[in-house]
Amino acid sequence: MSERLPGYRGLALKMLLEAGADIGDLIRVVKDNVVLEGVLIPRSEYSDDKHIVIKSRSGYNIGVEVTPATKVERVRTELKPLFVPPPPPEQRTGLPKVTILSTGGTIASRVDYRTGAVRPVISASDLYSIVPELSDIAVIDAEILFSIFSEDLTPKNWSAMARAVADHISRGIDGVVVTHGTDTMGYSAAALSFALQKLPVPVVFVGAQRSEDRPSSDAPMNLIGAVYAASSAPFAEVTVAMHETPSDEAIIIHRGTKVRKCHTSRRDAFKTVNSKPLARIVNNKIFILTNNYQPRDLERKIILKPEFDERAALIKFYPGMNPKIIDWYVSEGYRGIVLEGTGLGHVRRECFPAIKGAIDADVIVAMTSQCIWGRVNMNVYSNGRDLLSIGVIPLDDMLAETALVKMMWCLAQSKSIDEAKNLLITNIANEFSDRTVEHFEPPKFSMG
Amino acid sequence: MKIDYHALGLKVGLECHQQLATRGKLFCNCKPHLFKGEPEIIFLRRLRPTQSELGQVDPAAFFEFQKGMKILYEADAETSCLVEMDEEPPHDLNREALDVSLTIALMMNAKPVDEIYVMRKIVIDGSNTTGFQRTCVVAVDGSINVDGKNVPIQHICLEEDAARKMGEEGFLIRYRIDRLGIPLVEITTGPVMNTPEEAERVALAIGKILRSTRRVKRGIGTIRQDLNISIRDGALVEIKGVQELELISKVVEYEVQRQLSLLKIRDELRQRDLREDELKERFVDVTSVFRETQCQILQRAISQGKIILAVKLPKIAGLLAFELTPGLRFGGELADRARFWGRVGGILHTDELKSYGVSDKEISELRRSAGAGEEDAVVIVADKIENASDALKAVVERVREAINGVPEETRAANPDGTTRYMRPRPGAARMYPETDVPPIKITGEHLERLRAQLPEPPGDKIKRLMSSYGLNEKLARQLLDMEYDNLFEVAVKETNVTPTVVAATLTETFKALKREGVKIENLTEEQIVEIFKIVGLEKTSKESIPEIVRWLTKHEGSNPMEAIKELGLTMLSEEELKSLIEEYLDKNKDLIAEKKLGALGGLIGIIMKDLRGKAKPELVNKILREKLAERLSG
Repeated sequence: MSERLPGYRGLALKMLLEAGADIGDLIRVVKDNVVLEGVLIPRSEYSDDKHIVIKSRSGYNIGVEVTPATKVERVRTELKPLFVPPPPPEQRTGLPKVTILSTGGTIASRVDYRTGAVRPVISASDLYSIVPELSDIAVIDAEILFSIFSEDLTPKNWSAMARAVADHISRGIDGVVVTHGTDTMGYSAAALSFALQKLPVPVVFVGAQRSEDRPSSDAPMNLIGAVYAASSAPFAEVTVAMHETPSDEAIIIHRGTKVRKCHTSRRDAFKTVNSKPLARIVNNKIFILTNNYQPRDLERKIILKPEFDERAALIKFYPGMNPKIIDWYVSEGYRGIVLEGTGLGHVRRECFPAIKGAIDADVIVAMTSQCIWGRVNMNVYSNGRDLLSIGVIPLDDMLAETALVKMMWCLAQSKSIDEAKNLLITNIANEFSDRTVEHFEPPKFSMG
Repeated sequence: MKIDYHALGLKVGLECHQQLATRGKLFCNCKPHLFKGEPEIIFLRRLRPTQSELGQVDPAAFFEFQKGMKILYEADAETSCLVEMDEEPPHDLNREALDVSLTIALMMNAKPVDEIYVMRKIVIDGSNTTGFQRTCVVAVDGSINVDGKNVPIQHICLEEDAARKMGEEGFLIRYRIDRLGIPLVEITTGPVMNTPEEAERVALAIGKILRSTRRVKRGIGTIRQDLNISIRDGALVEIKGVQELELISKVVEYEVQRQLSLLKIRDELRQRDLREDELKERFVDVTSVFRETQCQILQRAISQGKIILAVKLPKIAGLLAFELTPGLRFGGELADRARFWGRVGGILHTDELKSYGVSDKEISELRRSAGAGEEDAVVIVADKIENASDALKAVVERVREAINGVPEETRAANPDGTTRYMRPRPGAARMYPETDVPPIKITGEHLERLRAQLPEPPGDKIKRLMSSYGLNEKLARQLLDMEYDNLFEVAVKETNVTPTVVAATLTETFKALKREGVKIENLTEEQIVEIFKIVGLEKTSKESIPEIVRWLTKHEGSNPMEAIKELGLTMLSEEELKSLIEEYLDKNKDLIAEKKLGALGGLIGIIMKDLRGKAKPELVNKILREKLAERLSG
């Protein structure tokens, strides 16, 4: 592998080095009397070492197989095109102040059509020039916290996010937007819901299901909606802003503890589970969908509790599950286990001794349901009643993912097991809802 | 007038787009068909022009985005899935489509690339839900021979077809995504054609090669030609969407005419000494001039609360009515631009106002308001102020371009061969890799396998059908055109029917049946061969074929033997025939007595009419002669 010629190895690399060619140079490949000219393009690191990729004048990339008989020549260095962003729009005065914190999902990006590279756009002024609508909504301050795929984030990153958000809020702003990869955005939103208490202003997570380089990306509209909510929404809670349907019509604002990614690829993948979303934004108008929220209050003082104890696990039960899985966690020193049981909150009887062993070893064991929709009720069947008597804590209608995050948080915030157990069943950030009404139930995917 | 196209420096290049007849679409498994009726699914999108490091933004697309252009997509569940909706990443490239495109490439002597990269080509008019078209070069540097001339094939691409535009209301465009994702092969020739007829011949030759693979779709809309046309001193104009090959020469002729006419206008404007700085975007609200007008268009506009905006076009009086090509005046070019940029219904100008019922008094008042003299023209447009000024800006810009001759632009073909303005010519294609689809290696073994099964080139096949089977050229060509050439060879090999009868049945008989509405396409090849088999075994006569076919198309899953039984078309034995003929002779005693042997012709007519399909005419003739002779001598 070569630093200068990313992705190239073996014979292809050797020929390119001999020709003195760099990525972006115009090169000529002569092979079986066919002459092919084009700009040298980087190659995927998992590709073989026998092909050179060039971008022809027509814009198409093609791969050319090289053999010892192939000739590779460097024709010339193509001048690097200079990117001149369009002038940022005039900033209107008297607008709310919003901070955008980036965690890895790129907010906006531009494509280098020469090499196909997609580069993130990070400064506020670049952002304005690419999503100019933002300048009509708020005065933006942008900061990169980290550049990590969302599946690589850990609870330590949640702590860092919580501290950064609290720090920006203490400077006196009207709201915070956190851009985030969508895969674990629900976990992070739940984490900050517990870590940031008595928020004076909204904290809005936002992501995109279609990459930002494409004209159809949902990123700009989601971002505009998130910035709008951060700057003007009447609530002061941790939320998630995403498309409501496949149409570019409405942004829906979910509560951080009740939201889950329910589809691998759709724009409306995020759904509020067992509750109602907080609000809907259409054409920069906000429609509040519930009266139950913490109102915005700039005078309120934020309470920061950013610690999480990573010694907690989420175990999905399945038929025939080996109870030794539970034993392993106990022996590894885990302090909390969230079970994702079947139906109303069950696991096979074979697991009972292991669960009892865990509880006897001062591990907190709590129950959620893998059904996703609905609440656990462990009084209905004898298995459930027996688990209760062993000491398993039912977590009502809390999402399994939220329960795991909360378990980590409770363990870190408590001096004793009993305190942690108490905290776990105390409603902190609307993670519990005491009523489930009919229209919350179906996992709706409407078609625009 | 005969035009010397060579002297004009005419150059035409073709881009031929042909839908492939694959089972699924290019990047998903949806049915590659169109649906009729109401959509089951609709959704609304906006496409945002993306920033390029080349600093280019498609001006037309950017304009439409700024205007708040929205796209309403229509779909049904059979022909579209989340992939077409841009709600799911593409699946792997359809290998069946890849093989067809490689086969075409090999037939055109092109060199397949070693590794195929699917690209995203930015297209933000809404015809692709993603905002780009997925496309890949499968082969380069080919050539075909057309009437002795070598026509270079620059590349052969495999790409996804775009969504179908269903309508447009202001800044809302409706597209149907059933067509989106149907595999298309794109054949790009070099700009080497020098006459309209040559362009058409090359297109026909390409079409024949494509069809000889039997893996391409047929019918209107399944093959579309884009033409790049230029003449010396003119400009490169791209004409999109010619759907019929037979229209190509006409489109080229008209475009040459249009460019020549625009050059005449250029010369005239130079004569009149019109300078660019004299063309000003100074628009005057002239609504008050037309308060009492008898012109119905303007009356209606005013009653709808629209304003009438005017602009002076200096020194071009009379030129707006100048005809560029049949049905297209220079004023029409201005109107096309106004419609595109201003979304207005059209424009009116002083060269034609009188014919719309505008009075002399109003015209002179209009001229006065616009500050125009007799040598100037005034264009007016009725709409909301914003649309009206966008429209007039576009009108002024078009006249500015006229000073320099022919503007480069993209035009759309009309069904009569004329064209209309579509959009400015886009800059260099903006492409970047489709990272969701891994590159595909094309191995030597893969190509060998395809090479071993290449279809016979159409020209070779016609010659072989003529020499091996004694067909005339017309029949041989028709077999190929109707794609019955393979079936023909199977039928001849497996039955005793003569090649000419098989060929005439498959072509002329079938065509006639189609015309009367018989669904020939419902017959399987096995059924067709079976028909010829029983004819060959003299179980029925060839005259019965149309009736058998009619019956089979109405009785799905049945066979030709059942057909002839049901229809009573089984051949009569010689004994049966003899006794039947006796009956006829008895019935026609008077006729025989009167005409003697002369009754023969009439009798054959009567008998064959009744026995059609049940007896061979030669045999009827022989028996009748014998019997008649017996009776007359007896």
